Amino acid sequence: MAEYSAFSLLKNALTGNKDWKPAWRKPDPKASYDVIVIGGGGHGLSTAYYLAKEHGITNVAVLEKGWLGSGNVGRNTTAVRSNYLLPQNTRFYEHSMKLWENLSHDLNYNVMFSQRGCLNLAHTPAQLDDYARRGNAMRHLGVDAELWSVDRIKRLVPALDVSGSARFPVLGGLMQPRAGTARHDAVAWGYARGADRRGVDIVENCEVTGFLRDGGRITGVSTTRGEIRAKKVALAVAGSTGQVMQLAGISHMPIESHVLQAFVSESLKPIVDTVLTFGMGHFYISQSDKGGLVYGGDLDGYNSYAQRGSLPVVDEVMSEMLALFPGLARVRMLRSWGGLCDMTMDGSPIITTGPLPGMYLNCGWCYGGFKATPASGWCFAYTIAKDEPHEFNAPFTLDRFYRGLIIDDKGQGANPRLH
Amino acid sequence: MSPRRAETGGRIDRLRTIRFTFDGAPYTGYAGDTLASALLANGVTLFGRSFKYHRPRGLLAAGVEEPNALVTVLRGEVREPNIPATMVEIYDGLVAVSQNRTPSLAWDIGAINQLGGKILSAGFYYKTFMGPVIGPLKGTRFWMFCEHFIRRAAGLGKAGTAPDPARYERMNAFCDVLVVGSGPAGLMAAKAAADQGARVILADLEANLGGSANWSGETIDGMPAADWAQRLAAQLAGNDNVRLLPRTTVWGYYDGNTLAALERVTDHKEVAAKGEPRQRYWAIRAGTVVLATGSFERPLVFPGNDRPGVMLAHAAERYANEYGVLPGQRIALFTNNDSAYRSAVALKKAGAAVVAIVDVRGDVSNEMRRLASDAEAELLAGHAVIATEGGKALTGLKVQRFDATSGVLSGDERSIHADSLLMSGGWSPTIHLASQAGAKAEWDPARQAFLPPKPTQRWTGAGAFTGSFSTAEAIAEGRAAGLQAAGGAASSAPLPVVEAAPGDPDPAPVFEIKAKGKSFVDFQHDVTAEDVRLAHREGFISVEHLKRYTTLGMATDQGKNSNVPGLAIMAEALGKPIPEVGTTRFRPPYTAVSIGSLAAERFGDLKPERLTPMHDWHITNGARMYSAGLWYRPMIYGLPGETVEQAYVREARATRESAGIVDVSTLGKIAVQGPDAAEFLDRVYTNMFSTLAVGKARYGLMLREDGLAFDDGTTWRLGEQEFLMTTTTANAGKVMQHLEYFLDVIWPELKVTVTSVTDEWAGAAIGGPNARAILASCVTGTAVDNATLPFMGIVHGQIAGVPVMICRLSFSGEMAFEVYSGAGYGTRVWEALIEAGKPFGLVTYGLEALGTMRIEKGHVTGAEIDGRTTARDLHLDWMLSKKKPFIGSAMMDREGLIAPDRLELVGLIALDNRPLNGGGHIVEELDEANPHASLGHITACCYSPALGKHIALALVKGGEARHGTRAFVSDPLRNRFGPVEIVSNHFYDPDGSRMHG
Amino acid sequence: MLITCPYCGPRDVIEFTYQGDGNRERPQPASQNLDAWNAYVYDRLNPAGDHNEIWQHSGGCRAHLRVVRNTITHEILSTEFARGGHKSTDSRAEGRS
Repeated sequence: MAEYSAFSLLKNALTGNKDWKPAWRKPDPKASYDVIVIGGGGHGLSTAYYLAKEHGITNVAVLEKGWLGSGNVGRNTTAVRSNYLLPQNTRFYEHSMKLWENLSHDLNYNVMFSQRGCLNLAHTPAQLDDYARRGNAMRHLGVDAELWSVDRIKRLVPALDVSGSARFPVLGGLMQPRAGTARHDAVAWGYARGADRRGVDIVENCEVTGFLRDGGRITGVSTTRGEIRAKKVALAVAGSTGQVMQLAGISHMPIESHVLQAFVSESLKPIVDTVLTFGMGHFYISQSDKGGLVYGGDLDGYNSYAQRGSLPVVDEVMSEMLALFPGLARVRMLRSWGGLCDMTMDGSPIITTGPLPGMYLNCGWCYGGFKATPASGWCFAYTIAKDEPHEFNAPFTLDRFYRGLIIDDKGQGANPRLH
Repeated sequence: MSPRRAETGGRIDRLRTIRFTFDGAPYTGYAGDTLASALLANGVTLFGRSFKYHRPRGLLAAGVEEPNALVTVLRGEVREPNIPATMVEIYDGLVAVSQNRTPSLAWDIGAINQLGGKILSAGFYYKTFMGPVIGPLKGTRFWMFCEHFIRRAAGLGKAGTAPDPARYERMNAFCDVLVVGSGPAGLMAAKAAADQGARVILADLEANLGGSANWSGETIDGMPAADWAQRLAAQLAGNDNVRLLPRTTVWGYYDGNTLAALERVTDHKEVAAKGEPRQRYWAIRAGTVVLATGSFERPLVFPGNDRPGVMLAHAAERYANEYGVLPGQRIALFTNNDSAYRSAVALKKAGAAVVAIVDVRGDVSNEMRRLASDAEAELLAGHAVIATEGGKALTGLKVQRFDATSGVLSGDERSIHADSLLMSGGWSPTIHLASQAGAKAEWDPARQAFLPPKPTQRWTGAGAFTGSFSTAEAIAEGRAAGLQAAGGAASSAPLPVVEAAPGDPDPAPVFEIKAKGKSFVDFQHDVTAEDVRLAHREGFISVEHLKRYTTLGMATDQGKNSNVPGLAIMAEALGKPIPEVGTTRFRPPYTAVSIGSLAAERFGDLKPERLTPMHDWHITNGARMYSAGLWYRPMIYGLPGETVEQAYVREARATRESAGIVDVSTLGKIAVQGPDAAEFLDRVYTNMFSTLAVGKARYGLMLREDGLAFDDGTTWRLGEQEFLMTTTTANAGKVMQHLEYFLDVIWPELKVTVTSVTDEWAGAAIGGPNARAILASCVTGTAVDNATLPFMGIVHGQIAGVPVMICRLSFSGEMAFEVYSGAGYGTRVWEALIEAGKPFGLVTYGLEALGTMRIEKGHVTGAEIDGRTTARDLHLDWMLSKKKPFIGSAMMDREGLIAPDRLELVGLIALDNRPLNGGGHIVEELDEANPHASLGHITACCYSPALGKHIALALVKGGEARHGTRAFVSDPLRNRFGPVEIVSNHFYDPDGSRMHG
Repeated sequence: MLITCPYCGPRDVIEFTYQGDGNRERPQPASQNLDAWNAYVYDRLNPAGDHNEIWQHSGGCRAHLRVVRNTITHEILSTEFARGGHKSTDSRAEGRS
């Protein structure tokens, strides 16, 4: 398949763009594979890509119940960052960041990763110290972090209200300059194309309806397109984890599925040139290359599979937005949508072998899954290929909850809606 | 006056001339005009530039779906971008400007993008801009360099930065029947429901109720439809049980039949009346909703269909009938269905020459042929438009013979001279709200349209919304829906009689004419039919992939014009029927909603402020306030010229030397009462409370269920069955919910009630060597000596005649007392204590000195109980009772919670005698260039006047084992590095001799 | 979403706080069965469909309610005081008790 480049664009333009080939094939599933990855979202596709690229395992199928990328990879607010407090998270997300930094070249697909920074605003001296703790934790792991003054923040985002008269005045912020945003759909498509080019079968409209077993061992799946056998079956189904695990006879998980809303405004000339978070509530915002302000807030706060949001959260998010940007009251919200978040009991993910023989599990991304996409697939592929975790995902076990080895970046305990 | 304004006709007020400007040029219009109709009347054809190619664009529509004519409305410094000119009602002094052009609409440098042609096809940016793999532009640098220019070129209007002075308002409304849309169907539904006695709300996004009746030119009950509608609306307005909401867009259909609507209250006014908000946000809880939202006419896709002068047929009809404006003098129509014939007749009546009707169908009914001849138009049946001519305004079009079944063009091209081309590609019911309510739309092959899904919430539909496009059907369905919604029986009373042009509602299934040139599907985003086919070639064939890859339907009109044509072109490419490509589910909002309206009263007032009873006193007496959650607390009471550090050091020193007083009213306070109160506290706290004597207090620690530390505070036993629990300020709400959960859900058999009394009590803590003497001098009704009031004892008495409760407990480490009084008397008691303290040099102190003294004592707060620490980590394991189970006791000893490498509480002393910073990290070996191997972090720090040193509390791996060893603070964020000694967290008076006195 | 509080009548969801899976059964306070404690604290039923949940009317009477609610449609099927005692739709918990 042709490489993408300025040259190929020009060449194809001269022939009326008639010669472009599908970005990925539409194969029918084979009877068996070495590895089946359930879930054609960002994590499933990147897992397949790295299985092929890093481990030479190409006899792989990715099974997607709907259209490729229909889950959270196409529903998030596109922020990429590695500004965590706890070292287990920071190491993992920094690995992801490094993969992001070379991802467009790696995939030969422009995922538009734009390192315009991520700035957490602080509104009290105690919060500033809290952010300093986190920033210093990052720096001690070799990750970039800076404390920014109000003046510097104002220069970067002139529309921000930094006046002392604000209800929660901005006192400073924690900046990660290498953070930024990426074009979310392109990440799914780029990984799909990359995996496909290495021989992976990506099978859309193929819903898993059950697991095939040999004794206690998982040996394949039954699907709406027939039975498919595999030596290894890997789950990367995010918000649907509970339902798919149920098919394997596991009724309880340390996970609740919640809905998170996201919003985009009408397209505007550039006004927010970074990813910005509010410190006295739950609000984050960036601006897409098309000009839409992309923003969101807290979970709706109850179990849901509806991908449909509630009105009070809409009001809350907009109120917090105007607390930061009182000049944007006349800007208009154009579109809203909801994504399903598989919220764990400590806010950190699970990438592990098991819990059944022949099964591998990747879930619990809460609402941080997009930025994890490269490292999640990379670590999951390693775990599937080697039957043991890489050191980056070794802490993210399923049994860590029972053992008290919790990784609770927010310190909220076993209350998923608060992570 | 106006080149395009007809002499008569329209529903504008020709006696009221309105003056406004567009792009700086002055114009006039009439009251009742929109910006679009007024500019059109003035001969303006160029309204905007498209997003990608910056192509010149005119008006496509007359309503809310307009994709091209977006303007920014200015009110002084305040900007409102991206408003369709069709939705701006003109007022005297209106200032509107065009967008996305440099330097002007007529000469836009961005039009150079059109030269990019086929290179800038759908998704081209995914294939390039990646830059070199090595060298200075590797990684993301080259992309970010390109992106810098792309971002500036993209975007539509410019948002303002000046704060919007407008006020926004929210209304919660309840009704039996909400009718959305006030065309004939909606009016009939509202009337029928109101006549049943139902509480009715009728909302319409337009300024005038009546919907299509305002411009259809039809006759109802012998009068012009518009008059009929106005009469019905006036009748409804007179009903007490009906609320009419014009200019109100119902934009969201949420769970539980809750609908969100936006009323534009004063946007059409030069000056708002007193008290009027700019916009009002309605949250409407409706028993039943009648959706009478009408339908949208679809454009046809053919080369040059975006040239200014090409417009939807019904839009032209509306400009003529409602505003008396003709879109051109020589008008041609291009259609695949009957409705355009009615438009032709209307325009002819309004005074235009209709030069041709181009119909893709070879077989046109006699009725339509008659209408064509009424319009004196040449009928070109079995023809299609293959090109348009002109620059920034249409001058003509080219037609060719067309076979609607095969899509094949044949025969000679023919040119037709025209300055306006009106198109009709069939109609799509406006099903957005029904889709939002939760179900999938259904494709109707006859109507060539998605019809509403089966209701999943309590709504019913009427009129064009259901695919019934004639006014007679709308009236019948409207009445039936209104009766049904209000619980009334079906009526057999005669319906209003409609006289309307005939017409078959089913169009020919033709969406695109394939000929040479760019044919636009999504006008604003410049998505062409070729782009859709490219998406197909590259495998982006599901409707969602199509949208995301080409950006079709993602513009401000959200696909209202482009959705169905785009699907149809994809379906043809796939060789599948349209429904197999799928339809997207519509999501809120139906049309864009101002963020100000959604924030409503919280715009400028995000969260409440919590103030202690003594707040005003603090302000008056020079306190600098600190925002802590919602609370405001004194940080310091600075003297003139003092720094913060000087102030808190003075306050803390004075307290330890004589006495100090601090406002502790913000502490959470919970009354725990009932026969099982003591038992309950035994279960909640890690330590025993059932053994506590009446009149005594005890420090308590709570864990979470998972065994980690949760909160701490003192709890006072006021009676055998009555306790007053105090919590930290930050956790007051959480602790309350925690207690309530256990009492209500887990242990309902316990006879205990908990009541939050935080706001009922004012609290002052007075401490220091002279604290007892001060109290003794002002308290009556009780002694405060050691025998009467021992450590952790409680007494009742009066200060300044006010009943008070005093507990001898200490956070500062001094002999100290907390004095509680009724909140309303807080200031009086506070002032009395201050007065009594004067002879002793009593100082007021704030949070900084409070924190300093607690650090000196090594007490923990939220910085240490941070949701990740255990009682052992904090050296509070002495409080873990072994005699009883308590919340968290079973979980607290799990392997991860007793691991040796956990962070433990220690004290730090700066050996370089320089200030430490909260959030600084601790390392064994200093490496400023490459900080690594953090052992932990500083949770709190201060200059200790008692020790004369800079000290801190920290959570450090190894903890107690490191006491007496040297380490380094490593704070690269603030460039603070230096040696520290690790010591016990109990810096000062570790045996407590001072507080025990 | 409107939740009908038995005390207060139908109220908007904004008045309520979600307290999660209502099928969990807390071990007896003195229980030393760590697996049972862990299961209680960390494991959840997470059905796509009807779900038995605890909600608190925190912005109203502060009572805890047992609510059966569909997690796909958000339809509320029943509401009662949680004080009525433990009711489970979870087969595993029933087997254990």
